[in-house]
Amino acid sequence: MQGPDAPLIAAEGVSLALDGRTVLASIDLAVHPGEIVTLIGPNGAGKTSLVRVLLGLVRPDEGRILRRPNLKIGYVPQQVDRDPVLPLQADRFLALAGPTTRARRQAALEEVGAAHVARHPFHALSGGELQRALLARALLRDPDLLVLDEPVRGVDVGGQIALYDLIDGIRKRRGCGVLMVSHDLHLVMAATDQVVCLNTHVCCAGHPEAVTRHPEYRALFGSAAERLAVYVHHHDHAHALAGEVLPIGEAGGHPHPHP
Amino acid sequence: MIEDFLLRAAIGGIGLALVAGPVGCFVVWRRMAYFGDSLAHSALLGIALGFLLGIDPTLGVAATAIVAALLMAGLQVRQRLASDTLLGILSHGGLAFGLISIGLTQGLRTDLFAYLFGDVLAIDARDLAWIWIGGGAALVGLALIWRPLLALTVHEELARAEGKRVALAKLAYLLLIALVVAVAMKIVGVLLVTALLIIPAAAARGLARSPEGMAALAALMGVLAVLLGLAASWWLDTPSGPSIVAAATLLFFATAIGGTRLALGRGRA
Repeated sequence: MQGPDAPLIAAEGVSLALDGRTVLASIDLAVHPGEIVTLIGPNGAGKTSLVRVLLGLVRPDEGRILRRPNLKIGYVPQQVDRDPVLPLQADRFLALAGPTTRARRQAALEEVGAAHVARHPFHALSGGELQRALLARALLRDPDLLVLDEPVRGVDVGGQIALYDLIDGIRKRRGCGVLMVSHDLHLVMAATDQVVCLNTHVCCAGHPEAVTRHPEYRALFGSAAERLAVYVHHHDHAHALAGEVLPIGEAGGHPHPHP
Repeated sequence: MIEDFLLRAAIGGIGLALVAGPVGCFVVWRRMAYFGDSLAHSALLGIALGFLLGIDPTLGVAATAIVAALLMAGLQVRQRLASDTLLGILSHGGLAFGLISIGLTQGLRTDLFAYLFGDVLAIDARDLAWIWIGGGAALVGLALIWRPLLALTVHEELARAEGKRVALAKLAYLLLIALVVAVAMKIVGVLLVTALLIIPAAAARGLARSPEGMAALAALMGVLAVLLGLAASWWLDTPSGPSIVAAATLLFFATAIGGTRLALGRGRA
């Protein structure tokens, strides 16, 4: 696990059962520095369970998780229940990340384009503002790896594109790896280097365009697969010449320069 | 000239209010009002226990409350029943067994009303020591776990992922509630303990802009309620524990109405 090409984090043969039901079966997955890996799959496919295992919140029944020494992870959880009975400004929410300064919190909010919400009540933030505040709290940890569980949840399509651009920009600027659980199948970020389609086991993995052509993917999502749109970044490189679908950890997973 | 017993009641009540406000804020934020009720009712068993073992009744109540808090937390982890059903069973079951245990214990039966609704005018120097030392310890404990407890209240899994000591903070907080229930028993009794935890905190919400501000205001509201309640008890000859809770309730409605008018004036809630 040393050297610049070694993965930041990797799952090897991870299996997990909850209440006797298999949730994850022999999962292999790796995220390298500067790489965006997107997890997709139907409801109950085990996406969030896999994220929780990777974060160390749940111990897998089999297999192991390999992390780079001193790996710092910034986490954006899927569901945030906000209660107006707790008086909390957005800046204070960021301060919960750990020891920070006001200047650092303001810089983090500026980086995600939400500097104006610092004094707003956390419970009253809009869907897009909430996701940006969560992202800012994750960035305060100076992460080597961002783990984002449905980071565009509760955001309209225009806002989703803006958020994907933002995440892509953070990845390019900071060079961190990104593991993302996709909100839905209809809009997968084109900047994604690798899509992993999960349905308890890994169905298929590879570049977004290649995965959408994979028979198992089509069997899984049926007509929804036809409607899958790969959002193409307006100044992105040609991912149209996507390679074959490859097992994770081989050619498909390597970082490559983005002009 | 203020009577000694009234002065002791005020000092005891203020000491309790200072700790119940901040601890009660987390009861409100974490939606644990029913948990507090169940805990207080079960603590009634501790009075008979303390009497039978010949130890200080407050010590008996504190020990019982701690055991009950740990049992309830353990039961809630793996459950088939909804949380409010389970707590309802424990709350009423605890009350029933507590009343029976007191009824069966010779020498306790006559004081039943005091255990249920408190008898703040009868507190002595030993009770005061319990309130101020126990309450002070609870406040220090709360200050120590404040950051992780607040983080896990906002989002437990995120706090865990950030490496905060979530399990420790939750356990310590349960012990704090148990301690507050034990010291509050003399003043407002088991049936009204939760009121002193949640009503001042709820009254403080409309005026607060930060968690710490709400905790400080809740302590202040509690102190006001104690003073107003004791004054009513003195001048109108009303029962002291219920008078304190009634004063807190009136304060809550006053701030709720005032807060709404303020919010309307500012143009945003």
